[in-house]
Amino acid sequence: MSVMKRVSMIFRAKANKALDRMEDPRETLDYSYQRQLEMLTQVRRGVADVATSRKRVELQMNSLRQNQNRLEGQAKQALGAGREDLAREALGRRAALQSQLTDLENQYQSLQADEEKLTVASQRLQAKVEAFRMQKETIKATYTAAEAQSRIGEAVSGISEEMGDVGMAVQRAQDKTAQMQARAGAIDELMASGALEDMSGTPRDDIQAELDSMRGGQNIDLELERLRGEIGAGNAQAIEGGAQAPDGAARPAAAERPQAGDGA
Amino acid sequence: MIVRILGEGQLQVDDAASDELNALDAALERAVNEGNEQAFRPALVALLDRVRTLGTPLAEDVLEPSDSILPRADADLDEVRHMLTDEGYIPG
Repeated sequence: MSVMKRVSMIFRAKANKALDRMEDPRETLDYSYQRQLEMLTQVRRGVADVATSRKRVELQMNSLRQNQNRLEGQAKQALGAGREDLAREALGRRAALQSQLTDLENQYQSLQADEEKLTVASQRLQAKVEAFRMQKETIKATYTAAEAQSRIGEAVSGISEEMGDVGMAVQRAQDKTAQMQARAGAIDELMASGALEDMSGTPRDDIQAELDSMRGGQNIDLELERLRGEIGAGNAQAIEGGAQAPDGAARPAAAERPQAGDGA
Repeated sequence: MIVRILGEGQLQVDDAASDELNALDAALERAVNEGNEQAFRPALVALLDRVRTLGTPLAEDVLEPSDSILPRADADLDEVRHMLTDEGYIPG
């Protein structure tokens, strides 16, 4: 038998099961309506879950892009200082982040598409649930057992097919969201461990450390020069109060170091 | 007749299109039965495209069951096979 017919038969079997469950057909209406409201809640929750997942991926993309920019800045800085090896290293890491970023971009697009589809599905289901509610009231008001059976059957079959469809979509979105959450969690962990170069100026940023130490080296040379000058000029005082001179020299040096770090 | 594409909604399709759609459906069925991955995707896409072209979307508040139901566009072969054999797959 054809695919089209088989799938619709399975759906119809589901609807009939729902119809057979109740003694009084009017109970079927109320039962079905309850299920519909539950399904609506579930779909809306599904939309919210996908949106949360999408936002998380977006944050990670931003973070990776920032890291890339930072690495590019470092590459420029290294080149400026004549350190092509460091610049290469920085650009290499920047390229490595790109595949991660591409993966996230794909995830983002897929989640965005799911979110749109689910939103449309939820609007459609809502319109049908509202139509069902009105039919339900009409059928109940004009209830005669003979005609009600078939009208109830139609209404319930129509909506239960929609529910089956939406239910599958929500289920799929939830599975996918769970998968992506797991992947997002893994990326967060990689970032936290430094494996993805979470360059927020932390000590594990070794390229920055080297750039800093190069600049620090220049600073220390300058400071040494300055100290030599001071010692030369203040030699006479140093002989008088030996304890004061090293003390006075140490203070400005200590005060300048954090400044050098801030500029990095 | 009313045709539902899962994940997209219902369309009203002229009965005159039955033969054409049945032929496309038969190709899809063959691909599913043979487990032919390469034939499956084009067959599904061809059938869905034709239904979309020939059909007119049903109003949102219509509560009519469909005469035919088709898998969603990005369903894979395993899913469709599963759908045809396992009733538990469809919630409700």
